[in-house]
Amino acid sequence: MGENLTLVQAVRDGLRDEMAEDDDVLVMGEDVGKNGGVFRATEGLYDEFGEERVIDTPLAESGIVGTAIGMAAYGLKPVPEIQFSGFMYPGFDQIVSHMARLRTRSRGRFTCPMVLRAPFGGGIRAPEHHSESKEAFYVHEAGLKVAIPSTPHDAKGMLIAAIRDPDPVIFLEPKKIYRAFREEVPDGPYEVELGEAAVRREGSDVSVFTWGAMTRPTVEAAENMAGDVDVEVVDLRTLSPLDEETIVSSFEKTGRAAIVHEAPKTAGVGAEITATLQEEALLHQEAPVKRVTGFDVPFPLAALEDYYLPEPERIESGIRETVEF
Amino acid sequence: MTASVHREPDDMVRVLDEDGEVVDGAEVPDLDDGELVEMYRTMKLARRFDERAVSLQRQGRIGTYPPLSGQEGAQVGSAMALGGDDWMVPSYREHAASLVQGLPLKQTLRLWMGDENGARVPEDVNLFTVAVPIASQIPHATGLAWASKLTDEQDKAFLCYFGDGATSEGDFHEGLNFAGVFDTPNVFFCNNNQWAISVPREKQTASKTLAQKAEAYGFEGVQVDGMDPLAVYAVTKAAVEKAKDPAEGELRPTMIEAVQYRFGAHTTADDPSVYREEEEVQKWKAKDPIPRLEKFLLRTDRLDEADVADIEADIEDRVADAIAAAEETPRPDPVEMFQNVYAEMPGRLEKQLEWFQSIRAEHGDEALLED
Repeated sequence: MGENLTLVQAVRDGLRDEMAEDDDVLVMGEDVGKNGGVFRATEGLYDEFGEERVIDTPLAESGIVGTAIGMAAYGLKPVPEIQFSGFMYPGFDQIVSHMARLRTRSRGRFTCPMVLRAPFGGGIRAPEHHSESKEAFYVHEAGLKVAIPSTPHDAKGMLIAAIRDPDPVIFLEPKKIYRAFREEVPDGPYEVELGEAAVRREGSDVSVFTWGAMTRPTVEAAENMAGDVDVEVVDLRTLSPLDEETIVSSFEKTGRAAIVHEAPKTAGVGAEITATLQEEALLHQEAPVKRVTGFDVPFPLAALEDYYLPEPERIESGIRETVEF
Repeated sequence: MTASVHREPDDMVRVLDEDGEVVDGAEVPDLDDGELVEMYRTMKLARRFDERAVSLQRQGRIGTYPPLSGQEGAQVGSAMALGGDDWMVPSYREHAASLVQGLPLKQTLRLWMGDENGARVPEDVNLFTVAVPIASQIPHATGLAWASKLTDEQDKAFLCYFGDGATSEGDFHEGLNFAGVFDTPNVFFCNNNQWAISVPREKQTASKTLAQKAEAYGFEGVQVDGMDPLAVYAVTKAAVEKAKDPAEGELRPTMIEAVQYRFGAHTTADDPSVYREEEEVQKWKAKDPIPRLEKFLLRTDRLDEADVADIEADIEDRVADAIAAAEETPRPDPVEMFQNVYAEMPGRLEKQLEWFQSIRAEHGDEALLED
């Protein structure tokens, strides 16, 4: 028997179960302790595991990431939280210069089995720097894995898989859907394997690749088109490493593709998927690949954010362009 | 007044005690009666603005908002110490200081309503942009001041605000270190309000004070009672003067640690009762800067009860007018999203704008906007 949990409750449940399972796992970050995290993702953990395993740190992202790297190299399994992904940049040097490279530089003598969690994405009417989707930065960096769950069940299972992974994982949580819906989540620890996409809706006319908070409006657009166009929706879940097999086999079936992401279009992960389709399945292609994405502009403040984010109508228009080509 | 800067880092400067009496040996700064009343009026205005803004957020009429109640003395006292050519570099909570510097309240409201135009500082106002990432504005303040020095200006000081949590960030260290090395005309003003969201000051640093950190950069640090607007004014004024005209062998920068308390939440998104005791809040409320200054002004006959009532009526109107003006301003044209990204819009972005306009035409704005 499981529990009906929201995505953020499932994150908390995953942290809790894995901390109970493995004494080496610890949580650290700004306001994660007594306050339980600004989104309540660590609620109750401070009381259950104490201040040495649920650590309120000084306000210093480079310090958080850098010290977690040291802990991970020394055998612990830290799960630092950066309060919003827009505040990861003071820690960016540590992420790309060391977290991603420790294994390579030391030829395996030192490794970095840590998970860096951060809420990301728009749609919550937040101030500046609280809404961006910069997953491409991390996908671009060899040595990092990048995981983005879109359901409560996946959030818990993927987080536990990430904690158990021998390599560092950037775990981006779509905060727009932190509390959008509930789902049955099993009790106790379980893994949802990283690197495996999930087909959320089967279809034969066009493949739409997406992830995170865009999964639901994409499925909604697909349902709106049902009976007219048969849309397959693939939730990639892990952006690094990409599940190339699922992407290519879906495209071989439909011959048409659209990609939906919140991040700006230029050099977004959609570009990598498009290039992969060209390389691996060109002879199956019947139309240009359509990218329905955020625009190449800084993420706007609340008054205009609905115009920035893809929603079902825009997604449907984009899918139709490739279907009607 | 330069003498007030020359203190031990943990020797807190005070002028008024909690009852608004001048403390022994302190000197009331050289402000005329009109300026003192204006200081009081602006602090009251900021408090009332803050109360209304929190209430507007609760009603869904503005977005997330960072309250300043309790910090009016530090903001108004320091901002009034700036001269007409001096610059202010804020973080994101300096609504009162920015008002003194010349940013209309309507704009502060528009910003927190999610309209970038709220952050568009009027052309003739020496106020830098809002900076949300903690401490990130500190190196900018050093750079602005450095540029002023490199272009042979002698008459400008650059006042930078940040909080206690910011002193843990690398940007704090780098900004202050550059200021010391290049002897820039900066005043680094730390609003130590005791709490970085839920993390108390003593968990940010093992240092006895924040002011003492300045010593390591080679310049002076001073602690001031941040809920005593006259002390804040005096210390800031001295630091501003020193930045422009240091004594022989003295470095220009100063770090001021204004010891104070935020009465409310970090922002409207958090609940302080989860992480701090009400008893502590009440202890600090006894130091409230507004009644302190009011008692002083009443006792010294710079103000009477009728003036207080007039001021209250006046600020009520000013806040109401600002709210009305902000709410009457329409949602920005979504095309603005594509503008001001570059001086000239690149062709690829123009194509995206064209596609966006076709989507608007096809579906209508109502379909694109969430409820």
